[in-house]
Amino acid sequence: MTAAVVTGLGIAAPNGFGTEAFWKATVAGESGLVPLTRFDAAQYPCVIAGEVKGFVAEEHIPSRLMPQTDRMTRLALAAADWAIDETGADLRQLPEYGMGVVTAASGGAVEFGQRELQNLWSKGKEHVSAYQSFAWFYAVNTGQISIRNKMRGPSGVLLTEQAGGIDAIGHARRHIRKGTPFVLSGGVDSALCPWGWVPQITTGRMSTVADPDRAYLPFSADASGYVVGEGGAVVVLEDAASARERGAPRIYGEVAGYGATMDPPPTSGRPPGLRRAAEIAISDAGLTPRNIDVVFADAAGVPELDQAEAAAISGLFGPRGVPVTAPKTMTGRLLAGGAALDVATALLSLHAGVIPPTVHVRAPAPAYGLDLVTGQPRDTAPRSALVLARGYGGFNAALVLRRTDG
Amino acid sequence: MRRVAITGLGAVAPGGIGVKEYWELLTAGRSATRTISFFDPSPFRSRVAAECDFDPVSAGLTPQEIRRLDRAAQFAVVSTREALADSGLDASRPSPDRIGTSIGSAVGCTTSLEREYVVVSDGGRKWNVDHEYAVPELYRHFVPSTMAAEVAWVAGAEGPAAVVSTGCTSGLDAIGHAVELIREGSADVMIAGATEAPISPITSACFDAIHATTPHNDEPERACRPFDRTRGGLVLGEGAAVMVLEEWESARRRGAHVYAEIAGFAARCNAYHMTGLKPDGREMAEAINAALQEARIAPEAIGYINAHGSGTKMNDRHETGAFKRTLGDHAHHVPISSVKSMIGHSLGAIGSLEIVACALAIEHGVLPPTANLHEPDPELDLDYIPLTAREQWADVVLSVGSGFGGFQSAMLLTRPRAQS
Amino acid sequence: MSATTTVTLADLTRMLRESAGEEEGVDMDGDVLDVSFDDLGYDSLAMLQVIGQVQREYGIRLPDEAAADADTPRALLALINTNGHVPQTG
Repeated sequence: MTAAVVTGLGIAAPNGFGTEAFWKATVAGESGLVPLTRFDAAQYPCVIAGEVKGFVAEEHIPSRLMPQTDRMTRLALAAADWAIDETGADLRQLPEYGMGVVTAASGGAVEFGQRELQNLWSKGKEHVSAYQSFAWFYAVNTGQISIRNKMRGPSGVLLTEQAGGIDAIGHARRHIRKGTPFVLSGGVDSALCPWGWVPQITTGRMSTVADPDRAYLPFSADASGYVVGEGGAVVVLEDAASARERGAPRIYGEVAGYGATMDPPPTSGRPPGLRRAAEIAISDAGLTPRNIDVVFADAAGVPELDQAEAAAISGLFGPRGVPVTAPKTMTGRLLAGGAALDVATALLSLHAGVIPPTVHVRAPAPAYGLDLVTGQPRDTAPRSALVLARGYGGFNAALVLRRTDG
Repeated sequence: MRRVAITGLGAVAPGGIGVKEYWELLTAGRSATRTISFFDPSPFRSRVAAECDFDPVSAGLTPQEIRRLDRAAQFAVVSTREALADSGLDASRPSPDRIGTSIGSAVGCTTSLEREYVVVSDGGRKWNVDHEYAVPELYRHFVPSTMAAEVAWVAGAEGPAAVVSTGCTSGLDAIGHAVELIREGSADVMIAGATEAPISPITSACFDAIHATTPHNDEPERACRPFDRTRGGLVLGEGAAVMVLEEWESARRRGAHVYAEIAGFAARCNAYHMTGLKPDGREMAEAINAALQEARIAPEAIGYINAHGSGTKMNDRHETGAFKRTLGDHAHHVPISSVKSMIGHSLGAIGSLEIVACALAIEHGVLPPTANLHEPDPELDLDYIPLTAREQWADVVLSVGSGFGGFQSAMLLTRPRAQS
Repeated sequence: MSATTTVTLADLTRMLRESAGEEEGVDMDGDVLDVSFDDLGYDSLAMLQVIGQVQREYGIRLPDEAAADADTPRALLALINTNGHVPQTG
C-alpha cells in the first residue's frame, strides 16, 4: 500500500503565525491565551480565548475575496498558501484532478453568519449579502481553497467537532491511497464572536476562570474546563513515491495509522470508544503501543473527560507508560482546527526530536497515572506519535504519525 | 473488492413521510411544492417551497427527542428507524464497532439556530447576544455533527461516524463516504444518508439575494420546472433519506433483500466558482467517467439518469452538457428525470432522497418523471421523461449532483445480480 | 429616490469596491465606463451584490434582469439613473 507523507504545513495558531514562529513558541512554552479582545466579553462567564494575533487579511487575501470571506476562511486560505509553499510543488505541473482538498468544519463561519442574521432581523431581507449563500457554510474552506488553487480532484468536508482535524486527514489519506497524489487537508476555525461564543458557553465545559494562566489546566487536580481558541493547521499529504520523485524538499513524517469510533449512548453503560480508536490507529500503522513514543492528548480540561482519557491512555500503555503532552494548553481548543494543529505539532515534534510541553499545569493529578510533559520540553527524539481527539457527542479519532527517515 | 448492497430504506419527504408515500408521490408525478407556510413569505422574491407535513409525535419521537433535536435531526432519526426496520438487520446485526454512520447535511441545524438567534439577539437588536436566553440544546445545533451521533445512537453504531457537508452534493457524498468505509473494511454496515430542514427566513433571504430560487409564485405546484423553457430557478425543499448499506457477502448470507448495489462513486471539484457552473459540465463529466471506471461499466449500459435538475437556467444546461460529454450519442437515448420538480431541492439531503428514488426505480421498473415539463427548452434536447412516470427497467442507474463550492458528484447503482 | 439624485461613476466604483473588491491588475480609477464587468473581474454574483448595495443606498429597485442586461458601468448607470426604477414595495 502506498504511504501518505506530509510535505507541507500551514499554521495559524494563537501562539504563532506560520510554522517557524509557532514551533519556536511551542517549544518555549509560550502561551497565546489572553483576555478576549475580539469582542467585548465582559457580560459572559467565560472571558479567556486563544486569539490569532497579527493577521492582516489584506496582506494575504485578494481584494475580490475579501467581501465574500469570513476570518475563518481567510486564515484557512493563508494557511493553505503556506502549506503549498512549503511543499515546493509547482501546482501547475500537477494533474488538476490529482489534487484534492479535505477540510474539517464545526460551526461554520459564524461571525459572517451573525452579521447577516443581524442584517436580516434588524433591517430586512434586502440587507442580506449575496455571499451569505455560501460564506458561512461548512464547506466554504474546502470550496475556496479548491478554487484558489485549481484543485479539481476528490475532495470533502467532514464534521466531527473537535475530532474533525484527524478525520479530515484520515480521509485525505484514503484519497492518496486511491490514486490522488496531492491532497490538502486539516482544519482552520474561528468562532470568536458573540454568536459563536454563547452556544459554547451552554455546554458548561468552558472554563470560567479569568486568569489566562489558570483557566485551562487539563489533567490537573484544578481542571475547570477548557479555553476556546481560533486557528488551526493545513497539511499537505502526498503519495510518498510521487513526493520523492518530484524532489519534495521536506518530509515531516508519514500518516501511518488512523482510527475513528463513536461512543455508545450515554445511558448504555458500555465503555467509551477513545481507547478503541487508538488501538485501531496503532494497529493500522502496523505498530504496537510499545512503539509509540509520545501521545498528544485530547486534553478536554473537564475532570470527567480527563479521567476517561487518562484511563484510555494508561489502559493502553500502562501507568506512566508513555510521555503525554497537550501543547493546546498554549492555544486553547480550536474546534475543527484543534486536532489538525495537534497533528502539525506532532509532526514538528517528530521532525525536531523534541516533545513540546503542556504549559500552566504544574503536575497531573496523581490518580490519572500519566507521564505528562510539563515545564520543559523533552529531547527524547520520538519516532512515532499518537494524536487523540474527541468531538462533542461521542466522536473519537486517533492518528499515528511516524518519522520517515532511516 | 468488497461490494456494497443497499438493504434498507427510510425517507421523510415533502408530500410523503415514509418510503412508500414518497414513492407514490414520485410515480404519480405529483408536485409537493406550495406557498411557504412556516413563516410569512410575503417579503421574499421567492415564496414557494416543498415543505414536509411532519408531525414529530406521530412520527414516533419521544418528548425529549423532540426537545433536543433540530427538525433536520428529527428527520434523520425517523428515517433511520424506518431504514433499520426495513433492512431486517436486527436479529443478525454485527457487533456495534462494525457499524458506522455517515450523514450528509449542507446547512445543519440552521432552522433552530435562526430561531434561537432571534431570541438571544432580541430580534437582531444585540450584537452581544444574551447567553442567559440560550437554550441548553444550542450547542447541539451549533455543531451539526451531533446529527450523526444521534443516528449512531439510534442504530447502536459505534464504528466511524461523521457528518459530511459538501453543500448540495452532501447527500451523494455521505453515501459515497459510507461505501468507501465498507470497501476498505472499516465497517461492515453503514447507516448512510442525509437530512436537511432549511426552510427559514435566512435561507430564503440568501437564495433571494442571488436569484437562485424561482420567482414563479403564482402556481406554487408548478414552481419548479427543470429542463422547461420557462424554468426560473430552484424551489427549496426539506427532508431526509437514510439507508442501510451492507457488505455484499454478509448481506447475502443473512438473506437480506437487496434493493441495489452501489457500484461506483466519484467526486470532483470544478475549482471555478463558489456558486457558478461552466456550461460545458467538464468536471461533472469527469466525475461520471471516474464513477463508471470504478464500477467497470460502459456508458452505454446506463439505463436511467437521475439528474441534479435543480431548475436553474445554468444548472440544466451544465448537466446536459456533462451527459453529452460522457455518454456521447447514448445521451440521447437514456431517460433522464429530476425529482426536484416534485420535492424541491432539499440542499444537502436531496442526493440521498434521489438515491432512494434510484433504488426504487431499479426495484420496480418505473422511472419517475420530471413534473411541470410542459415546454421543453429547445437548447436541452435529451429525453427528460416529462410529466408521467415511465414503466421501463433499468439495470444501471446514474445519479449526479452539483453543489455550491464547486462540488460535482456521481454515483452508479446496479440491479443486484441474480442469486448465484 | 428624488429625481435629482444621480449616481456617478465614482459612486458606482466605490460600491463595486465595497461589495466585491477589486481585481488584481485592473485600475478601477481608469477609463472603465465602457469596459465590461466581466473584464473588470466582476462575475454575476458580484453584480448581484453591488446591485443590492445600490438599491439599499439609493432606495430604488432595479429589475431582476439588471445584473445580466447591464454589462458595463455605463449601461448600469443608465439603468440606475434613467430607467428601471420600480417603486420600492414588498
